Order: sequence, then C-alpha cells, then structure tokens
Amino acid sequence: MSGGGANAPDPAEYQLRLFIAGTSPRSQRTIENLRRICREHLADRHSLVIVDIYQQPELAEAAQVVAAPTLLKLTPEPLRRIVGDLSDEARVLRGLGVYPLPRGGDGSSI
Amino acid sequence: MTSEHTTASLPKARTGIDGFDDVTFGGLPTGRPSLVCGAAGCGKTLFATTFLVNGATLYDEPGVFMSFEERAEDLSANVASLGYDLDGLMAAGKIAVDHVKVERSEIEETGEYDLEGLFIRLGYAVDTIKAKRVVLDTIETLFAGLSDAAVLRSELRRLFGWLKDRGLTAIITGERGEGQLTRQGLEEYVSDCVVLLDNRVEDQITTRRLRIVKYRGSAHGTNEYPFLIDEQGISVLPVTAADLSYKVSNEIVSTGVESLDAMFGSGGLFRGSSVLISGSAGTGKTTISSHTIDAACARGEHCMSFVFEESGEQICRNAHSVGLDLRRHLDAGLLRFEAARPSLYGLEMHLARMHRDIEQFRPSVVVIDPISALRGPEVELQATLLRMVDMLKARGITAVFTSLRTDGAFGQSDDLGLSSLMDVWIKLQDIEANGERSRTLYVIKARGMSHSNQVREFQMSAAGLKLVDAYIGPAGVLTGTARIVQEAQEEAAALRRQQDSERRKRDVTRRRQSIERQIAELRDSLETAEEEETLLLDEDTQRETMLTIKRTDIARRRSAAE
Repeated sequence: MSGGGANAPDPAEYQLRLFIAGTSPRSQRTIENLRRICREHLADRHSLVIVDIYQQPELAEAAQVVAAPTLLKLTPEPLRRIVGDLSDEARVLRGLGVYPLPRGGDGSSI
Repeated sequence: MTSEHTTASLPKARTGIDGFDDVTFGGLPTGRPSLVCGAAGCGKTLFATTFLVNGATLYDEPGVFMSFEERAEDLSANVASLGYDLDGLMAAGKIAVDHVKVERSEIEETGEYDLEGLFIRLGYAVDTIKAKRVVLDTIETLFAGLSDAAVLRSELRRLFGWLKDRGLTAIITGERGEGQLTRQGLEEYVSDCVVLLDNRVEDQITTRRLRIVKYRGSAHGTNEYPFLIDEQGISVLPVTAADLSYKVSNEIVSTGVESLDAMFGSGGLFRGSSVLISGSAGTGKTTISSHTIDAACARGEHCMSFVFEESGEQICRNAHSVGLDLRRHLDAGLLRFEAARPSLYGLEMHLARMHRDIEQFRPSVVVIDPISALRGPEVELQATLLRMVDMLKARGITAVFTSLRTDGAFGQSDDLGLSSLMDVWIKLQDIEANGERSRTLYVIKARGMSHSNQVREFQMSAAGLKLVDAYIGPAGVLTGTARIVQEAQEEAAALRRQQDSERRKRDVTRRRQSIERQIAELRDSLETAEEEETLLLDEDTQRETMLTIKRTDIARRRSAAE
C-alpha cells in the first residue's frame, strides 16, 4: 500500500492488484491465500491493492478483468493475470515469477 | 396478418436492417439474446454493429458493444466505411464499446473462479448509457483464453440468463463449428433466435446468404435469403411473397412511342405491368426502353435503369441520336442508371442490389437491360427472375425487360419461361430480304387488353421512333424497300385497273348511245307510219262524205224530176 500518488513510482518490487467480487466466502478465501503467500514469499517486497469490482466497476474495465477473483501482477514485467481463489500456491508463485527460496524448503512450504 | 399477430404476442426490436425485419416479421426478440453465427468473414460483426448503430440512431435504444476480438478503434474504423460514426455515438453516450482482452499467455489459473468481472463490466457499461441493446462479439474467444470449459459454460448460461433478466436485447455472435452451428455449441444456451450467416462461392462468384434457423414463439421466413454488404450497409432480400396478391392498377401509362401505344387496345400499358421486349442484337430494344424512360420522367416519375451491357452515359448518348435527351432527367434526379457487369455478382446479389436500390430510389418505372445478360443455372435463373418480377409487381412498378432472344435450340426455353411471367411481350425482329435489313415489331401478348395483331415496321431516325404499317398482302409481309416496291407495283396495277374500267365505261356509253340512236330511228319510222295511217283514214272519211253528199244530191234530183 505504499506509493499513494497516482504517478509516483512505486518503490515495491512486486506491485499487485487483487480484484474480488464482493465479500463472498471465495473472496475471503482468496484474500487469505494471497496474504499468506505474500507473507511467506514476498515479505517487504510487494505492495497490494485490493479492489472490489462491485464498488469500482470502472476499474475492472480499465484493468481488463474478466474473471473474479483476478490477481494482477503489474511489476515486474511481464504482466500476469492469476485467476482463481489462489488455492494452488505453486501456480500462484509461478504466475508471479517467484520461486521458493532454498531456505523455504527445509521447513514450511511444499 | 401473421406479422401483426406475432408482433402482438412477442415484442420485437427492429434491427433497421433492410429486409431482415420483414423476414422476421419485426426484428429480433426484445429482451432476449439472439445468436448470429457463421464462418469467418461472413459479416457477423457487421450485422451486430448495424443492429447497435440503428438502435442508437433510429430507435433511441443505446447499446453496448462488448468486443472480444477487435479493439474499439479498429471497430469504429471498420464500420466507418459503411458511414457509421461509432466514435461520435460513443462520445454522445449512445454506444459504449468495451474491448475484452483475454490473453492466454498472461493468465495463470489457480483454483476456483467465475466470470463476475465480465458481468460487472457489462452491467457497468449498460448502466452508464442506459443501454437496451447488447452485442457480445465473439464470446467464444473466452474458451481460448481460459481453460476451465465447465466453468465457462455455466457462466455463459448465467450470462444469457442475466441478459434476459435485465431485459436486454442482445446479439451473441459465434464462429461456425464442426458439425454444429458454433464451436462451443452456444446454440444450446441461446435458444430464442438463431440466425445463420453464410458466404458461399459458386462459379467464382460469392453470395452471402442468411437463414433464420429458429425463432421461438414467432413465425419467420425459413428460406435462405441473400444479403448484401456494401458501402450502404447490410440489406437482406426477402425472397418471394408466396401469394400473388398484388394490387393491380387500371391506370394506363404510355410506352413513350405513340404508334406503339396505338397497338394496344387501351392506348398504352397498365401501370405496374411487366413488359418483355425481345429481339436479337440491334433490333432497337434499348431504344424503345429509352423512350419509355423518357416518357416516365417527362411525367415526373422516378425511373431506374439497370444496365448490364452499357454504361448509363452510353445509353444517354445513344438515345440522343433518336432525339431523346435523357441527360436532363439524370440532372433532374428523376432517372438513375445502375450499371454493373453481370459477372460482378451472383444472381442473388444482383437481386439484392436491385431490391436495395429500388427501396431507396422508389422508381415507378424500372428498366432491366438486358435481362438475358444474367447467367446462371437455369433453375436458379428462373427463380431469380420470378422473384425479380414479383418484387417489382408487389411495388406496382412498371417494368421493362429487354431480352436477346436467340432463336433456335438454346435459350428458347429460357425465353419462354420468362415470357410467361410477363404481362406484355413485344417482339422485335430483323427481316433480311433483298439485300437490306428492316426492323419489325409485333405484340405477342398483352394481358388484359386487346392489341393489334399486325406486324409493324419500325424506323429509327433523329426524329424518333416511328411505326409504319407493314405491307401485308398476297405476296406476304413486306418491309423496307420491298414494301415500297410492292406499293409502287400495287399503285401501277391500280392505275391499270382504273384505266381498264374507264375504257369499259366508255364502251358501254358508246353502245348505249348507238342503241338509243336505233331507238330514235324506229320511233321516226313509227311516226311516219302513223302519219300515213291518219292520211288514209282522212281520205276514207272524205270519200264517205262525198258519197253521202252525192247520194243526197241524186235523191233530191230524183224527187224534182217527179
């Protein structure tokens, strides 16, 4: 959530936008999944904006969102859309271009 | 009758596409999704865009175009050629275009999802401009971008239900698939109205065709209708009205050739009748039809000429040589030439084009010169001509068809087939004799009126067309100089006959005079005889008297002697 100004460069390495549709259980689950992944793999390296497309439908069009939920990775290039409730962590990480660090291998993650 | 009934029971949204609203008796079902499917390049996007643009401009129904393939800029550039100002309509808030880009390479699927994003975007666009119409072009692209077909299918089903709930009249386009109408079987979901577009190439000529596969709750034309896409948009040609229920007119219109009018019992043609002028090359078919055009324009009527072998300019120039100024009618906007090579389109396309042009220009006289230039399989040709005649009759248009009649084995049957559709058949013939050629004309048929059975010779000169009674006599039908020679011979013979009769008259007079003379002589001798008779009678009387006197005297003397 850093870099409030519209044109100000976002210093974070991973800029993420999560588009969810309302506060459905799936939305909740998605947010939880994403928070967990970010905490484990992108700590201090990301900024995340969560958009409820019911509240801001115009953003859905601007960001070319079709499916909900959609996680949009703006940086680093290339742009990626990760659709679904983010329950498949390996695929989420692959979509984000993040590979589990070796130290993650001796304890927590798959 | 049917159309009113169905429009009453099922509300329809007019597409504004020429002919399509007729075929469907009013348009697409209001508040329901319709599927327009067909192979690539058959005009689906154009059809859908026309539906939206007409909705926005003609029927005050704003529309949302959700494009899954083309960007908004490309879309408006593509339809600009049809005269649609998509950008202007977008700026005016009448149309919203949302380009939905689904790029497979950008997408990673990680668990459950739905297409709520699409719903929200569509709903947002619809709410923003208060849209009544929606186009989804081509929604099946989603299947290329997202892999979970089961989710997509259920979401599409939900989407169509959503459109219905919102009362949006929608067109969903779909690419033609193997063994089914669309690749993903969308026809299973969109079941109210399915329109199939087709683009077929036969004999190197492309014909676009449209068919309404189904239309739930409404009657509709079931045939394949040719349709046309050109700079004026889409037009669909409703094929034939099944019944022959035209309004007929008793009004008489001139053919433009006075002496030809005189050959018809009523002094001209019935308005709205179809006239066939047949004749081989150079017999003057175009010239006669030019006269008809001139006469119609001079009456202030609109006149349209479809020419297949010459340009309009050329016809004007040629008509000038027989003293007709067609150019002034062109300039006055009363006359329009539509020239095209017969091979430019297929028969259906020609028909569709004519239909469109006639709808726009609304002529009261149409000339098709020559109809025989249209080539195609005989069955198709016959059907096309039938529909052409039908279309013209239904509108009460007086139609003049010219045809190159090829006497002999081929073409004859065509010609007969054509002639039976016609109300009036004027036949032109070249007669070649004595080293010269002359043109003759006769009326083979004229429905509903008496007509001259005579062959007329017709002459074309700078003064115009003139029909001359041909020589018909014991020596046959003669025209040209042969007619003049024959007439001279007849004149000489007549003179001779006259001289003969005068001589005989003189003879009779002479004989009569001589008889009268004889009578006079006889009368003379009779008189002489009568005179003599009188004389003799007198003498007898005198003698008697004398005798009496003498006897008296004697008696007296005798008595005195006593």
